[in-house]
Amino acid sequence: MTLLAERPSPLSHPEEPEHGHEPSGVLNWLTSTDHKVIGKSYTITSLVFFCLAGVMAVVIRTQLASPDGTIVSQHTYNELFTMHGSLMLYLFAGPFAFGGLANYIVPLQVGAPDMAFPRLNALSYWLYLTGGLTMIAGFLTVGGAADFGWVAYAPLSNAVNSPGAGPDMWIVALVLTGFSAIFTGVNIVATIFYLRAPGLTMFRLPIFTWNMLVTAILILVAFPVLTAALILLWCDRHLGAHIFTTTGGGVPVLWQNLFWFFGHPEVYILALPYFGMVTDVLATFSRKPVFGYRGMIFATISIGALSTAVWAHHMFTTGVVLLPFFSLMSYLIAVPTGIKFFNWIGTMWRGSLHFTTAMLFAVGFLIVFLFGGVTGVLLAAPPVDFATHNTYFVVAHFHEVLFGSAVFGGFAGLYYWYPKMTGRMLRERLGQASFWFMFIGFWVTFLPQYLLGLHGMPRRIAEYAASEGWTGLNRVSSVGAYLLFISVAIMVVNFYISWRRPIVASGNPWDGQTLEWAAASPPVHHNFTWLPPVRSERPVWDFNHPEHTTQQHRQSDHATDGLVGVATTGFTDTGEESE
Amino acid sequence: MPLFLLGGALVLGGCNAPTFGAFRGATVQGKDEFKLWVGMVIAGIIVAIIVWALIFWSIVRYRRRRSDEIPRQFHSSLLLEIVYTAVPIVIVGFIFYFTVVTENEVDAVSTHPAETIHAVAYRWGWRFIYQDGNGRSQGVIVQTGAEPALLAQSPNSPLYPRLVLPDHSTVRIVLTSPDVVHELYVPAFNFGRNALPGHPNVFDFTTTTTGIFQGHCAEYCGLYHAEMLFSVKVEAASQFQQWLTAQQSSQAQSGAAS
Amino acid sequence: MKVESHLLLFMASFGAVIALIYWFFSYDDGGTAMLTAFALLGLLPGGYYFWWSRRMAPRPEDRPEAKQSDGAGVVGAFPGSSIWPFVLGLGAAMTALALVFGFWSAIFGLTLAVSAVIGVIVESRRGGAY
Repeated sequence: MTLLAERPSPLSHPEEPEHGHEPSGVLNWLTSTDHKVIGKSYTITSLVFFCLAGVMAVVIRTQLASPDGTIVSQHTYNELFTMHGSLMLYLFAGPFAFGGLANYIVPLQVGAPDMAFPRLNALSYWLYLTGGLTMIAGFLTVGGAADFGWVAYAPLSNAVNSPGAGPDMWIVALVLTGFSAIFTGVNIVATIFYLRAPGLTMFRLPIFTWNMLVTAILILVAFPVLTAALILLWCDRHLGAHIFTTTGGGVPVLWQNLFWFFGHPEVYILALPYFGMVTDVLATFSRKPVFGYRGMIFATISIGALSTAVWAHHMFTTGVVLLPFFSLMSYLIAVPTGIKFFNWIGTMWRGSLHFTTAMLFAVGFLIVFLFGGVTGVLLAAPPVDFATHNTYFVVAHFHEVLFGSAVFGGFAGLYYWYPKMTGRMLRERLGQASFWFMFIGFWVTFLPQYLLGLHGMPRRIAEYAASEGWTGLNRVSSVGAYLLFISVAIMVVNFYISWRRPIVASGNPWDGQTLEWAAASPPVHHNFTWLPPVRSERPVWDFNHPEHTTQQHRQSDHATDGLVGVATTGFTDTGEESE
Repeated sequence: MPLFLLGGALVLGGCNAPTFGAFRGATVQGKDEFKLWVGMVIAGIIVAIIVWALIFWSIVRYRRRRSDEIPRQFHSSLLLEIVYTAVPIVIVGFIFYFTVVTENEVDAVSTHPAETIHAVAYRWGWRFIYQDGNGRSQGVIVQTGAEPALLAQSPNSPLYPRLVLPDHSTVRIVLTSPDVVHELYVPAFNFGRNALPGHPNVFDFTTTTTGIFQGHCAEYCGLYHAEMLFSVKVEAASQFQQWLTAQQSSQAQSGAAS
Repeated sequence: MKVESHLLLFMASFGAVIALIYWFFSYDDGGTAMLTAFALLGLLPGGYYFWWSRRMAPRPEDRPEAKQSDGAGVVGAFPGSSIWPFVLGLGAAMTALALVFGFWSAIFGLTLAVSAVIGVIVESRRGGAY
C-alpha cells in the first residue's frame, strides 16, 4: 500500500510502525521499493561483478607472467581484458557507489524515510541487473563477448571489424545500465533537494551526501552522451549509418570525443563517492569534524565542473585535439584534489585516530591515491603523454586512482556502514588481514607496471617478445595480483562468518557523527523513529557529546527539541493517494 | 622549493639527470620530452613526499591512546586553506608553462625535412613509403605483414617491418591508416601518435643516435594487436643513401619482373 | 532552495563559459555542442529553482534554526511493495535486446512494459497492490 511517511515528531505518540504486510524472501527482493533492500541488492550484485572481473584479472596476469603466454588464446585474452574493464567500470565501481552504498546511506544521512522515487529506484536496479547479465551473457554467443576494449573505439567496434552478437549485447547492456544510472542520478538529486530533515541545510549535509549530489549531477551530464553514442554505434553496425567510418564521410574520432565526454566525468563519478566515504570515515575515527568543511564542498563542486572540460586528455595522441586547453584544465583538477588532501590531513591532525579496518582502508586510500594523482599530473602533460599513452604506465596510473578510490575507498565505506546495513559487525582481525594483503599486493602489482610502461610495454597485448626484457617485472606484477585475490577471498570469508555467526551491532557502533547513526542498525521500515536536532554538519555527535560541539551556544535546543524527539511515530496507512 | 628544482632540472638538461625509468630519448623531440619528464617527476616526488610525510605523521602521532579521549574540535583555518589553494595554483602555472614550451618543440614540423615518409598502419602490419623532396614517391615501400613468428624475433631480425632513418636529420612522417585506429609508438623516441583513418597525422623525428629501436602498435586494433611490431633503424646519412638506392633498384627490378 | 539553485546555476555558467572559450579555440562542433547541452542541463532546473526560491518561504530544511517539530507531518507518499518495477525492467531489457536478437523480442518486451505501466498507474490510483 502507499504509505504516508510522517516525520518523527515530538507531538505524536510512540507507536509501533506497521509493516506486517510486507512480503519476505525472494518476493521481497522482487517487489520491494525500500531503498534499503534495493541498496543491499545493488551492493551484493556489484560485489559479485567485482569478484568476476577480479577472476578475469587473475587470468590476465597469469597469461602475462610469461612472454609467450599460453593460458588463453589471443582472442580470449582480448575478450577478457574488455570484459574486465567493462565489468569493473560499468558494473562495479559506479553501481557499487551510487546504487549500493549511496542508495542505502544518502536517505539516512539526510534524515529521509526513503528515496524520493522508490519505484523508479527499483526499476533502476532491475535495469542494472538485466544489463549486467546481458553483458556477461555475451560470453555465451558464438563469436564470444565484446573484444574491442571497454572504450570500444570506432571503427574497430563496427560491424566489419567486430561482427557478432557479443558486441551488440555489450551495447545493449550499456544502454540498460546507462538508463539505470540516470534514474538513480535523478533519484539522488531529488532526495537531497526535497527530503532533508528540518535544520539540515545544504551546508550541513555530510560530505558523502554532498559528493553524491555532485556525482549524481555528473551522471546526468555524462550518461545521456554515452547512451546516445551507443545508439549511433548500433546504427553504424546495423543500419549502415557510417557515422564513425570514413567510407560514408563519417569521422572516427567523433566516437572518441563522445565517449570521453562521457568517460571523463565518469572517472569522477567513480571517484567522488569514494572521496566522500573516506571523508566521513576519517572524521568519525579521528573524533573530529571534517577540516575545512566548506572548502571540501567547493573542491568537490570544482572537480565536478572541471571534469566536464578535460575529456580530450585521453586523446592527446590522436593529434586532432586542442592540447594546451585540455592540458591546463587537467592540471587545474589537481588544485581541488590537493585541497581535499590537505583537508583530509587536517581532519586527522591532532585527532584521536582509531585504526579500525575502515580507517585502515581510508588511510590506504590516501597513500595510494596520492601516487595515482601525481602520475595523473604527469600524464596531463601532452609530451609526457605521447611517450606513455597506451602503455602500462597509463594502466598503472588508472588502476592506482580507480582501484585506490573504488576498492580502498569503497571498502572503507563498506566496512564503515556494514553494521548499519546488516546490524552485524565484521571481524576486525580478518578485516585487517585483508587490508594488509590488499595494500602490499596493490604496490607489488602496480609499481612494476609503471616501470613496464616506461620501458615501452603497450597495453592490451596478449603476448610479448622475450627479448624485450619485460618478463621479470611482469612476474612480480602477477604475484601482486594473487595477493589481491587472497585479500578479497579473506573479505568474502569475513562476510560469510558475519552471516553465520553474527555479532550484533548497536545503532551507533563507531561513535558516528551524521544522521544515519541516529537510526537503528539496520534501520526500521521508513528509517527513523527519532531525529536529533540538526545544528551543525554532525547532529549525532552534537547530541552525544553536547560538551564537545564546535558551536556551544544552543544547549537549550537539546532540552526542548531533541530529547522529546525520542518519541516515535507514524507511518499512517491510507487507502488513498495523497499529494 | 619544488619550483626551483623543476626549473633547475630543466636548465641542466637531461644528461646528468636520473631517468626515473624512462628512455632518455633518441631524437631531439624525445630529449625535450625527457627534460620535461624529469622536471615534473622531481616536482611530483617532492609534493608526494611532503604530503606522505604529513599523512604518516598524523597516523603515528595522533593514534588514539585512551578510548575516552576527545580531541579539540577545531574545524577550519581560513589562512591555511588559502595557502594550500594558492600554492598548487602557482605550481600548476609553472608546470603548464614548461609543458606548453616542450609541447611546441615536440609538435613543431620543419618546412624542409630531409626525408618525407608515408607510414601506413594497417591490420596488422606496417608500410613505409619514401618520398623525394618534390613529394613524388621514390617507389620505396618497406612492408611486411604481421608474422606470427615476429614475437620470437628481436628487432634486429630482417623479418621486422623496418623504418630506416638517416642520422642527424629531420624526417617527416605522414601517418595514416586504411582501417582502424592504430598508434605508431617508438618507446626510445618517447613518442607515439595515432594512425587515424581519414586524417593523416604529420610529425617530425630529428634523429640524434644511430641504432635499432623497437616499435609497436600501441592503440588496440583487434586480434593480432600484440604482433603488430616494427623496428626503427637509424644509420649514418651516407649509409642511408646507399640503402635507399639499393631499395630503389631492387624495387625497379621486381616491378619490371612482374 | 537557494543553495540548490545556485549550485545548478554555477554548473550552468561554468559550462557556458567553457563552451565559449572552447569554441573560439577549437571550432569543434561536437565538444561545443556537448558543453552547451551541459550548460542548459544546469540552467533549466537551476533557473526553475531560482525562480521558486524567490517566491517561497524557506522550508524547514532551508532554515538553520529549524527544529525537528517544524517538519512534523506528512513528508510524502511512498509506495509500498510493488512487482511492477521488476516487470517494467524485464520488459525494457527484452525490448532493448531486440537490438540484438530481432523484432520478436520487442513484442514480448513491449507487452510486459505496457502492462507494467498500466499496473503502476492502477496501483497508484488504488493506493497500493497489497
